[in-house]
Amino acid sequence: MKYKTDYRIFPLGDSAITVDFGNIIDEEINLNILARYQQLKNDPVKGVIEIVPAYSSLTLHYDMLAVAKNIPKGKQAYSWICEEIEKRLQQPVASQQNNDTLVKIPVCYDTFFATDLESLAESKGMSSEDVVQLHLLKQYRVYMLGFLPGFAYLGQVDDKLATPRKPQPVEVAAGSIGIAGHQTGIYPMVSPGGWHIIGRTPVHLFDSDKENPALLKPGDSVQFFSITLHEFENY
Amino acid sequence: MQDNGRYGYQYLGVNPGGTMDRLSAQIANILVGNSLNEAVIELHFPASEFFFEQPALISISGADFMASINGDEVPRHQPILVSKFSILQFYRMKAGARAYLAIRGGFDLKKWFNSYSTNLKAMAGGYKGRILQKEDEIGIQSDEILTSLLGKKEYRILPWKADIGWEDTHVTELLALPGNEWEQLTAPSKESLEQASFMITSHSDRMGYRLSGQLLSLTTKEELVSSAVSFGTVQLLPDGQLIVLMADHQTTGGYPRVAHVISAHHSRLAQLNPGERIQFKLCDHAVAESLMAKQQQHVLQMEYACKFKLEGMGIMP
Repeated sequence: MKYKTDYRIFPLGDSAITVDFGNIIDEEINLNILARYQQLKNDPVKGVIEIVPAYSSLTLHYDMLAVAKNIPKGKQAYSWICEEIEKRLQQPVASQQNNDTLVKIPVCYDTFFATDLESLAESKGMSSEDVVQLHLLKQYRVYMLGFLPGFAYLGQVDDKLATPRKPQPVEVAAGSIGIAGHQTGIYPMVSPGGWHIIGRTPVHLFDSDKENPALLKPGDSVQFFSITLHEFENY
Repeated sequence: MQDNGRYGYQYLGVNPGGTMDRLSAQIANILVGNSLNEAVIELHFPASEFFFEQPALISISGADFMASINGDEVPRHQPILVSKFSILQFYRMKAGARAYLAIRGGFDLKKWFNSYSTNLKAMAGGYKGRILQKEDEIGIQSDEILTSLLGKKEYRILPWKADIGWEDTHVTELLALPGNEWEQLTAPSKESLEQASFMITSHSDRMGYRLSGQLLSLTTKEELVSSAVSFGTVQLLPDGQLIVLMADHQTTGGYPRVAHVISAHHSRLAQLNPGERIQFKLCDHAVAESLMAKQQQHVLQMEYACKFKLEGMGIMP
């Protein structure tokens, strides 16, 4: 597999740098992001505190004071970090494959939980059942975690389901399954949110007592399956 | 309960959190001989009252909430020995937005992901993963030497003060680096952002400050896919207003990043209250880095001096 390697580096303030591979949700680019993420973890840049992989970008947060200690006096931490990242990006990386992990997640699409299912169906000229069927039909890929602890951004939903997010965020319950644009996602905890809520899962997406607290990770596949309200309550 | 923050877990969506005003928290820790990253209590007004069940060496920094011990006003930025059964209270919001209480030896807390910081979303870290409530009991270290230094006194203010004269307090001008979408702002919007002032609204908390001011707009309508954001990131919301992300910001976001408040000015930003107006002035990395280096130099000097003074009294690191 050949990766698109065009990228742009820009500062995210004075303590972080973003490497952007294009403003796009694309499986191949995201695989490249994950490969570069591994590379930068295995061959760390001194002073970098952590790396945040996203859809099509990587952000490196760094400690500018720690960087300054290691570089020639008078040199900017920012330019030194840029050079170090460039050096690594010039090196080829082994192509990353999607992992084999398939996580099956039960969803209750009952309107008791699915507060936006009817309005979404109506706006698309479909029945609620059609929306649910379309949502269940595909396997989704985890592109990134972000926003909230354990919140997984999944893509991509059928074109017929894609909907812009709500203009104003509302309170969303833990376990809620939402749609925004071509993305679908699960709220691990109660939070304000602008996604259209079409169901709820009884599964915990984030468990702070566990060593690996997040159920999903980038590259995983997710298959939703439907459960009844009764099954949800007894899950 | 906050320390310098939780780093290394943003890839899971777990934000760094940490103190809003790291500089003030570090000064409070330095005064009692703690490490710079020790947990402190971040207080908003009206602040809690504390009853000491054992003697302690404490310090207060950041906002001036008129701290008092057993009814007597006590200064900020000085180490204070307090005896068993003393009460620490805060009377009035005089200046600033957040006060910090450091106690020598820190608090008996369990770290979550390598940090004491409270993460309210994950309900983890800090004290039971939540804000402090009435009747909470927090364990602290006890030290024989404190009792002997106190003698029969209810409290004793130690005779040295953190010199913070080098840091202008209450400045509303914030230096900022241009963000990636700065160039996409319309010419009048660029001018407004640099010339106009913006009011911090009541929709402001540890996650971010919502600002109110002249409406800004971009020359493009291209939507951004989510990517990382940071403390100090100034985002343009769809309604044309700005938000500045603070300590409890989410890890990733999709709104245009028009600017980033420099790290050296996070402290002054954290001490501003809703209703106050701020101005942005653009600068470059050279300025941002040299101001932070200067701040760090003061912190290290202070740390050295305070250690020396504490050792002189027999309070060993």
